[in-house]
Amino acid sequence: MSNKPLTLAEKLWRDHLVVKGENGAPDLLYIDLHLIHEVTSPQAFDGLRLAGRDIRRKDLTIATEDHNTPTADIHLPIADATSRVQVQALRDNTAEYGVRIHSLGDKNQGIVHVVGPQLGLTMPGLTVVCGDSHTSTHGAFGALAMGIGTSEVEHVLATQTLPLQPFKTMAINVEGTLRPGVSAKDIILAVIAKISTGGGQGYVLEYRGSAIRALSMEGRMTICNMSIEAGARAGLIAPDQTTFDYLKGRPHAPEGADWDQALADWSDLVTDDGAVFDKEVFIDADTLDPFVTWGTNPGQGVSLMDSVPDPESFSDPSQRAAAQKALDYMDLKAGTKMKDIQVDTVFLGSCTNARIEDLRAAAEIIEGKTKAPNIRMMVVPGSAKVRLQAEAEGLDKIFKDFGADWRFAGCSMCLGMNPDQLAPGERAASTSNRNFEGRQGKGARTHLVSPMVAAATAIRGTLSAPADLEQ
Amino acid sequence: MEKISNFTGIAAPLKLSNVDTDQIIPAVFLKRITKTGFEDGLFANWRQKEDFVLNQEPYQNASVLITGSDFGTGSSREHAVWALKDYGFKAVFSSKFADIFLGNSGKQGLIAGVISEADTEKLWRLIDENPGVQVEVDLPSQEIRLGAEVVSFDIDEYTKLRLTEGLDDIGITLQNEAAIAAYEAKRESWKPKTLPAKGV
Repeated sequence: MSNKPLTLAEKLWRDHLVVKGENGAPDLLYIDLHLIHEVTSPQAFDGLRLAGRDIRRKDLTIATEDHNTPTADIHLPIADATSRVQVQALRDNTAEYGVRIHSLGDKNQGIVHVVGPQLGLTMPGLTVVCGDSHTSTHGAFGALAMGIGTSEVEHVLATQTLPLQPFKTMAINVEGTLRPGVSAKDIILAVIAKISTGGGQGYVLEYRGSAIRALSMEGRMTICNMSIEAGARAGLIAPDQTTFDYLKGRPHAPEGADWDQALADWSDLVTDDGAVFDKEVFIDADTLDPFVTWGTNPGQGVSLMDSVPDPESFSDPSQRAAAQKALDYMDLKAGTKMKDIQVDTVFLGSCTNARIEDLRAAAEIIEGKTKAPNIRMMVVPGSAKVRLQAEAEGLDKIFKDFGADWRFAGCSMCLGMNPDQLAPGERAASTSNRNFEGRQGKGARTHLVSPMVAAATAIRGTLSAPADLEQ
Repeated sequence: MEKISNFTGIAAPLKLSNVDTDQIIPAVFLKRITKTGFEDGLFANWRQKEDFVLNQEPYQNASVLITGSDFGTGSSREHAVWALKDYGFKAVFSSKFADIFLGNSGKQGLIAGVISEADTEKLWRLIDENPGVQVEVDLPSQEIRLGAEVVSFDIDEYTKLRLTEGLDDIGITLQNEAAIAAYEAKRESWKPKTLPAKGV
């Protein structure tokens, strides 16, 4: 083996190489873990059936229901007929092919990217795929994790491999200490604003530096989750003691001699000294403010202390046109202070920010406070387990006393696919990941925020930082 | 998969950048379990506006889309490609595509060709001067021809080979059965298995 210093991404690639591609053909990589949900899998199962193929490794495959599922009255049949049919198709397909599934009502059901880590299935050194672009979440463990299309879902089911062209590598260096009220979500929103929604295209991002090392696994997952919003298919963080402590004792974590061997193997999962990234980006954590979006793509974000930008301030004509179109859609005027923007709904949820730490952070801020009268607040735990844990800690009571709606687990209002949607023209402060036109319901307007900003906004009724509550 | 070489059709100009897959097909249309019939979901929200390009007479039958940069960002939904194909599009050209969209296009026989921003502007201008004009898309030579004008496009060599030969990805991979089995034989024992299920 050569002694050339390698980045973490290059090591993961090397360790999963089944066949090296020649003459422009892609490399064939082995896939360690395949997560499935109801939206992007039915046509893949149909493809298998049509070709008379079986699933190669049912023991590396797991399914749950999240996108279509309601977050209230979950004991009733799903009201929407097409949603019900799609969820039933997943149940039928997994039964027919012998795939493990965690259905609505099961204590392990939830958003697919919350379920994998909490079961201890997501771990360092793996390749993880799912027919969902936010699969990048699992990169927080030092795994090469990426979203795939339905044809690729079928490919992995049939072969447990994926043909892939090698990526370039980009280091996102975040040095310093976050100030109180600033969190992982603000880091990633700042990264996307800096490199733009296409900046990561063709790259695997590796998040590095003291501010990243200081984050919990939940915070790291929030950051890796939104790598796709910067155009990157995957984001990574090298595993360390925080990772190992999170994993140890989880249901599927290695045990005994396997745990020792795993720790030994994982210790190599760092970017070597002297390894060269194709690109490097630097973010100063010391000076970072809470970040919010003003437009209709996740790169259109500013510090919460700033104002809505003037489209004329963009030198690039296509960016200028996009900014004007975004302001028209968002019904915002250039120069309006972000903190003066009044919202109707606060949504705390999604694969970005619905883990226990996110709920704790929001609950701590709202405890004993009064909700602004104009605000509807929805709290949707990322999984049934997160909901149970929050209830054990009494967080549900804090949310309910505040006047928030305490829901069952699912993707909920992150995407307009289940009953949780905004009405046309409604404006939300949302801890989710996409502020696209119509994402949270037709005609809906979305400002992406952290859980702490969401909580402060629910109290004041306008986009707010926790620090604003002290004045 | 059907072999693709060259074809002639109407080109529609979509003068927007950052067209994400939620715009190409909103989530509410993703509930079907079939692989066809998604044409009604294509740009569903934008098509409700009378002035949207695909509502203009010459472009209702377009099969080539010339669009701004960063096309297909966001969600991995392959339904975006199915919707474009079901509507009748055979090729999309942009100065930049999102990775997953590019991959999905290649799997489904939709040509996703990269052209320069200058050529994007040029094609938009030529189409505006002659709405409904036919263009020829030649995959083997990687060229778009519009009258006397010729614009070349980039496409990954391997994707081009698969499209022109109509190759089936899974079939190609299964030829490597021995290599896959050999890899599996030496996988680390600490790697997780979903079965038997734990923590239930």
